[in-house]
Amino acid sequence: MTSATIVPSSRRHKRREELAKALFLAPAAIFIALYFGYPIVKNVVMSFQEYNTRTFFTGEAPWVALDNYATVVKSQLFWPAMRNTALFTLGSIVGQFIIGMGLALFFQRRFPLSGFLRAMLLLPWLLPLIVGSASWRSILDQDGGVLNTVLRAFGLDGVPWLTSPDVALIAVILVNIWVGVPFNVTLLYGGLQEIPTELYEAGSLDGATGWKAFWHITVPNLRPVISVVLVLGVVYTLKVLDIILGLTDGGPANATQTIAVRSYQTSFIDFDFGIGAAYSNILIVISLVFAAIYLRTNRKAVDE
Amino acid sequence: MTSTPTEPVAVQPRLKPRRLVDLAIGLILVGIMLFPVYWMINASLQPSGNTLNADFFPTNPSFAGYEKAINDQGRNLVTSLIVSAGVVVLSLAIAAPAAYALAQFRYRWANAALLVILITQMIPGIVIANALYAAYNDLGLLNTLIGLILADSTMAVPFAILILRAFMINIQPAIIEAARVDGAGHLRAFFSIVLPVSKNSLITAGLFAFLFAWSDFLFALTLTTTGGIRPVTLGIYQYLGTQVSNWSATMATAVLSSIPAIVLLVVAQRYIAAGAMGGAVK
Repeated sequence: MTSATIVPSSRRHKRREELAKALFLAPAAIFIALYFGYPIVKNVVMSFQEYNTRTFFTGEAPWVALDNYATVVKSQLFWPAMRNTALFTLGSIVGQFIIGMGLALFFQRRFPLSGFLRAMLLLPWLLPLIVGSASWRSILDQDGGVLNTVLRAFGLDGVPWLTSPDVALIAVILVNIWVGVPFNVTLLYGGLQEIPTELYEAGSLDGATGWKAFWHITVPNLRPVISVVLVLGVVYTLKVLDIILGLTDGGPANATQTIAVRSYQTSFIDFDFGIGAAYSNILIVISLVFAAIYLRTNRKAVDE
Repeated sequence: MTSTPTEPVAVQPRLKPRRLVDLAIGLILVGIMLFPVYWMINASLQPSGNTLNADFFPTNPSFAGYEKAINDQGRNLVTSLIVSAGVVVLSLAIAAPAAYALAQFRYRWANAALLVILITQMIPGIVIANALYAAYNDLGLLNTLIGLILADSTMAVPFAILILRAFMINIQPAIIEAARVDGAGHLRAFFSIVLPVSKNSLITAGLFAFLFAWSDFLFALTLTTTGGIRPVTLGIYQYLGTQVSNWSATMATAVLSSIPAIVLLVVAQRYIAAGAMGGAVK
């Protein structure tokens, strides 16, 4: 549909056409080169340099080859942070998905206010994450928090949600589940709407109702949406910083350190940008593995 | 979507008991999900102090928290507003022409470009912040509005390109060609035909650009080092500190920071839903 078919095509004209078309993409191309291309390359370079506060005065960042990565992997916090990242991601995804799917199925029903209530469910997702953190921080407070007040009213002991190393990771996972449920509900509900009702009618003639219908009709038809939801969930969760910094700052006793938090703290608290870059490059690699899965599933979802 | 059309009971009066039960369950579920939002509002209206008040209702609402919040954070709220508005303008200005080009022009490498755009959405912000800090330090862009606007656009630009392209791909080339036959250049056709018919998708992309920037915490945290330019998300983080010294002010700030999300949810709900769907599966 090139406009060359309309405009009489002299060679010069054609070149001007091409230029005009390229100019539409130019701002985006420049922006992406400056704000994604440059940082990614720079981050890789920094990860091989001793890049710290001194660099900002002297301008020197000596080449240290793989030292930063060695420092990272040997660090006492590395494997705990990897484990926490895995648990945080897995726990969040499983929780978000199960609750999201339950709510999406429930809101398939037609009842008064169902549309309004479904819209209200979006709210936790639209709020700034740090706002959610602040509210949960007050709810989870050991002494004055409302959750423990309620637990005590039922005769249970209060739980040191954010101050005990044993519980803190569970607490931040719970909050991150709360944050992610709306996204899951929205996409899964949208996917459910696309499944033709006739399939369920045909299924019910064969005796497939309830759980049977869910496993044999809903899940297979929803598969493309499910995989996109899960993979996007992983990619978003890997980089979560607001929730953890807002609730625990990576503590207590490093119980909620993740790779993203480590990257932030080594760069911006310790001002060891080289080591911080090594951490964040590890994060990129993990994200890109899931991004590759996403692109595959996404392509399928679009093709189908 | 009709509800189980095989059931003959569908013609009965509207409010069957089952529907009321569903409504009750729905209210409870949404109530649980939104409890933290309620609690934030409740706590913001409690008398100020560093202890958490356990009252379930603000029976004697006090606005002292809001007074302190506006005194401490009023400037930061304005900063957030300016940055977010800037991100809307900048990201739409960058994304709209690109989305149009990718939707309507034929490029041999269009698929590669789309792939790059998809991948940019997966790059953790901390990677960008880590590299930008050094560059911003050299360029004098730390603690500047323009520096934050540019950095905050990193989330909005790829997202807006994808949303807008998904819409613009459905514009009939004939209506653009008609304008071109009448002698309009590419630019005129873009401004007088493409943008007006894309109004809804521009609103969707703009709303999300605003929300992304308003919620940004990472770039606020890393690219501002003094109190001069400080978005309100960072203000909340500093209130949280190691020990919260004034819960009602913290919660009042949180409530004030929630206003854009609440307004958008009430006023522009259909755009939000469109964006949630469009950003992920298109």
